[in-house]
Amino acid sequence: MTWNAGAILIYMLLIIAMGLGLLFGNLLLGPRSNNPHKADEFECGSELKDRSRKRFNVKYYLVALIFIIFDLEVVYLYPWAVLFRKLGFFGIMEMLVFLGILVIGLAYVWKKGALDWR
Amino acid sequence: MLQLFNWLIKTFPSLASHQELTAFVLFIILGLLVLTFAAVVAGSLTYFERKVAARIQSRMGPIEIGLGGYIQWVADAIKLLLKEDIIPENVDKILFRLAPYFAFLGAGLTYLVLPFSEKLILADLNVGVLYFLAVSSITVIGILMAGWASYNKWSLIGGIRSAAQIVSYEIPSALAVLPVVLYAGSLSTQDVVRAQAGWAGFHWMIFQNPFIFISFFVFFISMLAENNRIPFDLPEAESELVAGYNTEYSGMRFAMFFLAEYSNVFILSAFAVTLFLGGWQPLFGLSLKIPGTAVDLWKLFSFFFKTSIMVFLVLTIRWTLPRVRIDQLMGLCWKYLVPIAFFDLFGVMFWMVL
Repeated sequence: MTWNAGAILIYMLLIIAMGLGLLFGNLLLGPRSNNPHKADEFECGSELKDRSRKRFNVKYYLVALIFIIFDLEVVYLYPWAVLFRKLGFFGIMEMLVFLGILVIGLAYVWKKGALDWR
Repeated sequence: MLQLFNWLIKTFPSLASHQELTAFVLFIILGLLVLTFAAVVAGSLTYFERKVAARIQSRMGPIEIGLGGYIQWVADAIKLLLKEDIIPENVDKILFRLAPYFAFLGAGLTYLVLPFSEKLILADLNVGVLYFLAVSSITVIGILMAGWASYNKWSLIGGIRSAAQIVSYEIPSALAVLPVVLYAGSLSTQDVVRAQAGWAGFHWMIFQNPFIFISFFVFFISMLAENNRIPFDLPEAESELVAGYNTEYSGMRFAMFFLAEYSNVFILSAFAVTLFLGGWQPLFGLSLKIPGTAVDLWKLFSFFFKTSIMVFLVLTIRWTLPRVRIDQLMGLCWKYLVPIAFFDLFGVMFWMVL
């Protein structure tokens, strides 16, 4: 009997059901009142000065881009790690080349200053 | 899980004709049990954290409500349940409502592959470690959603900071787990723990070779950062950002973020123990002497004992260290932890070959 995907799905539904249950409890037990100031966003109690739909630092995009590249590479390392003992010398050389390219990439990004947060 | 299923089939032969249904019902019951356990642990941790904080600051902490203040967290939960669930006017309603579920999923799903003991595990997936790394970062989607949907600058800054932070620290933590997978030769969490069998803990992953010893610290630091714990709690820096991404949340929706955060503390410690500190491998190798169910209990105790120590460490760190700046945070990740993790990987590779 294998469980894998089915187990994940059932468990996920259970968690969502638990969340729904908690919110439903809140709906039943919590008070309701209408007040125009309550529907405002938080601004330390004073009138709103500034909304949030505006520009933010470009650095955040850069981090996301670097992350995508490195995370994909790291995920590729996992199947290799499982089979490491079986692959022997060939596996090591292959991975040295792969990791070499990855480290050169990191060095390049570093040199370009993408890792400095200014 | 599988043993229990086989035992059920054996004891009640009439169930054998409805195997799928039995397994389904059994799984749901066990899943609910584990989720309840997760909620209780997260609740207790809030109490425990306040106690530790109080002791460090020479205060008493919660002492009023039941059992030396222990019931405090139940009271807190009930209070949150009785609060109004406010949804501000200008928010992106759909995303605002969805966000807590994602935070909750990220915390809850990891319990699926957590080996409490040799026999106590919900589902022993053959990709357990990868599953853990993948699922634990679902939280970031929830946080980013909450930050964006709230239409509030504090939330937005908190949300994107958190996304950048979690996403960056994903890489050192994934790289730091690799040496363990190399040694165990399997991605199943149970196999990883089994690979650490031995007398008195000298065969734990962390003592297998010096590079894994470094890896452990890389993993621990990056998991602290991924779970937004102090010293890396920039997303909710109270003194700068009100409360970060959950500023606009109230009532049970806030509680869901809170629950996710504290159950992540337990998860972080539990996985540090599972992957590096021998998991449920019995302390002092006592399994050789005591027979039967006592061994299982001792294994369970060993796991929880080690996990509690790790949890205590995490809480102590929170109340000892100041918050870092964001450039220091990113610098630490990309300029120290990632290169160290790469170096470790090379080191372990050559150590295993030579």
